[in-house]
Amino acid sequence: MLEIRWHSRAGQGAVTGAKGLADVVSTTGKEVQAFAFYGSAKRGAAMTAYNRVDEKPIKNHEKYMNPDYIFVIDPALVYTTDVTINDKENTTYIITTHMNTKELIESQPKLAGKKVYTVDCIKIAQETIGRAIPNTPMLGAFMKISKMYDIEFFKENMKRILAKLPQKIVDANMLAIQRAYDEVK
Amino acid sequence: MAFDKLELRDIEVWDGNLAVAQAMRQVQIDVVAAYPITPSTPIVEGYAKFLADGYIEGEFVMVESEHAAMSGCIGASAAGGRVATATSSQGFALMVETLYQASGMRLPIVLNVVNRALAAPLNVNGDHSDMYLGRDSGWIQFDAYNAQEAYDLNFIAFKVAEDHSVRLPAMVHQDGFLTSHTAQGVKTITDDAAYNFVGEFKPMNDMLDLDHPVTHGVQAEEDWHFEHKARQHRDLMLNVVPRIHEAFDAFEKLTGRKYNMVEQYNMDDAEVAVVCMGSSVETACEVAQELRDQGMKVGVVGIRVIRPFPFKEVIDALKDLKAIGALDRSSPNGAPGMLFNEIAGALFNTDTKAALSGYVYGLGGRDLTKEHLRDLFKELKVNADAGKVTTQLQQFIGVRGPKLAFL
Repeated sequence: MLEIRWHSRAGQGAVTGAKGLADVVSTTGKEVQAFAFYGSAKRGAAMTAYNRVDEKPIKNHEKYMNPDYIFVIDPALVYTTDVTINDKENTTYIITTHMNTKELIESQPKLAGKKVYTVDCIKIAQETIGRAIPNTPMLGAFMKISKMYDIEFFKENMKRILAKLPQKIVDANMLAIQRAYDEVK
Repeated sequence: MAFDKLELRDIEVWDGNLAVAQAMRQVQIDVVAAYPITPSTPIVEGYAKFLADGYIEGEFVMVESEHAAMSGCIGASAAGGRVATATSSQGFALMVETLYQASGMRLPIVLNVVNRALAAPLNVNGDHSDMYLGRDSGWIQFDAYNAQEAYDLNFIAFKVAEDHSVRLPAMVHQDGFLTSHTAQGVKTITDDAAYNFVGEFKPMNDMLDLDHPVTHGVQAEEDWHFEHKARQHRDLMLNVVPRIHEAFDAFEKLTGRKYNMVEQYNMDDAEVAVVCMGSSVETACEVAQELRDQGMKVGVVGIRVIRPFPFKEVIDALKDLKAIGALDRSSPNGAPGMLFNEIAGALFNTDTKAALSGYVYGLGGRDLTKEHLRDLFKELKVNADAGKVTTQLQQFIGVRGPKLAFL
């Protein structure tokens, strides 16, 4: 069982990201689950989304999770919420920030000693898609860190999932995924 | 017909709401009258989108309240169409008056209820308060534990409800957010196979059959009211169950997926079991399997059909156990929980020695964790070994503050 928790603000696309990832994984014959806590359900409010991946059917519907990966797609949430809650010794963090990993850990000592990678999904999204929607870049970074799938395979599948969007936006998302893949450290 | 078909992949990643919207497209609902409410909104939104995109030949009626939504469904169903809608919580509560009209007028409407808590305090998350509110309304009630089942049970609900020996409305329940907004792999049925499973809608006593005029919604005082209600109850008790079995069998033949009035997991030699509904059934199954691996003889019973209540199947599933925990996800507000009462009623005249205790959990979406369930199974094991309930009969799981126990 692979478990992922997303920290996001409502409107930044964590749910779409989690469902998109589940869709891609499902095409490879694995069982998937993607869900979210909507909290107060206001745009901009802190929220969490979740992925589970397994070889066998996933029956667990508890919201409690000790995640293998923690994605933070809004830079401020590292300070305003406890993104480390219920983590494990070997939990991997991928965090959106304009800082490098060392500066980030100095600014938030809770992350010290943890496996932390950083990438500026907000800036990448703004420069490619034209809006601060950091969900698809985070998935590009995840592909790099987890080596889950070949990036070209992943992008092909994401094209299918995003197909209802205008071609220009789909192309921009592909650029964003590739850039985050290349830039995550 | 004048609509397009959709090519679905064998497995689509859908949440419970989208799965239901797809089922409503595939059976070609003639009329949906709806007043959207969280967390069921995407169901009727999905139907409206399929309709606007030319995948359905039907009509979407926007109304001013849930009371009007069900009233519109009643009118359309009496006129002779295949009719469905969806609601949750406060919307369901507002529909209650018309639910009794729909069942009393013997109209085979399908209502998807995405279970959610009832205010106050206001809460959009999942519990079974609305589901319990509907249990005396004369509707058939199916309960789905995941998105796949929400999809599958819609086809079964239409097939049963529209049978001319039944002609009663049916609800398909799923847990708000935990199922409705949780995407999982759903094995699809092709458009043709799905439509053919349910078949073409065959109206009966429809108002648009102008050659055979009928009256719907009449007044019947003490001279005939009782006979109508008794007949409705009789049909629920005697006619519905065989049709459900037939529909389950036909569905298994089509898809390989087998449904039962009462679902049993790891029950063959179980000494201890929890009985519950909704997504909790699946979490409990996972915990039961873990405890099995450690040598504990534990199982899970899920109620698939809430009404008509599967009295005989519940007895068969539970009578040989040593301890039973009945889990209710709705505040009984001054009584034991519904499942506790129904199970006690079913077992009372048997020679069972099972110790039965009741638990209230998960109100307003409060998480039911695997840790809760491990503790629960262990507590039930203590009851089994003692041959009696060693706690108070009613306890609360997962509520903050001092432990609550009554009776």
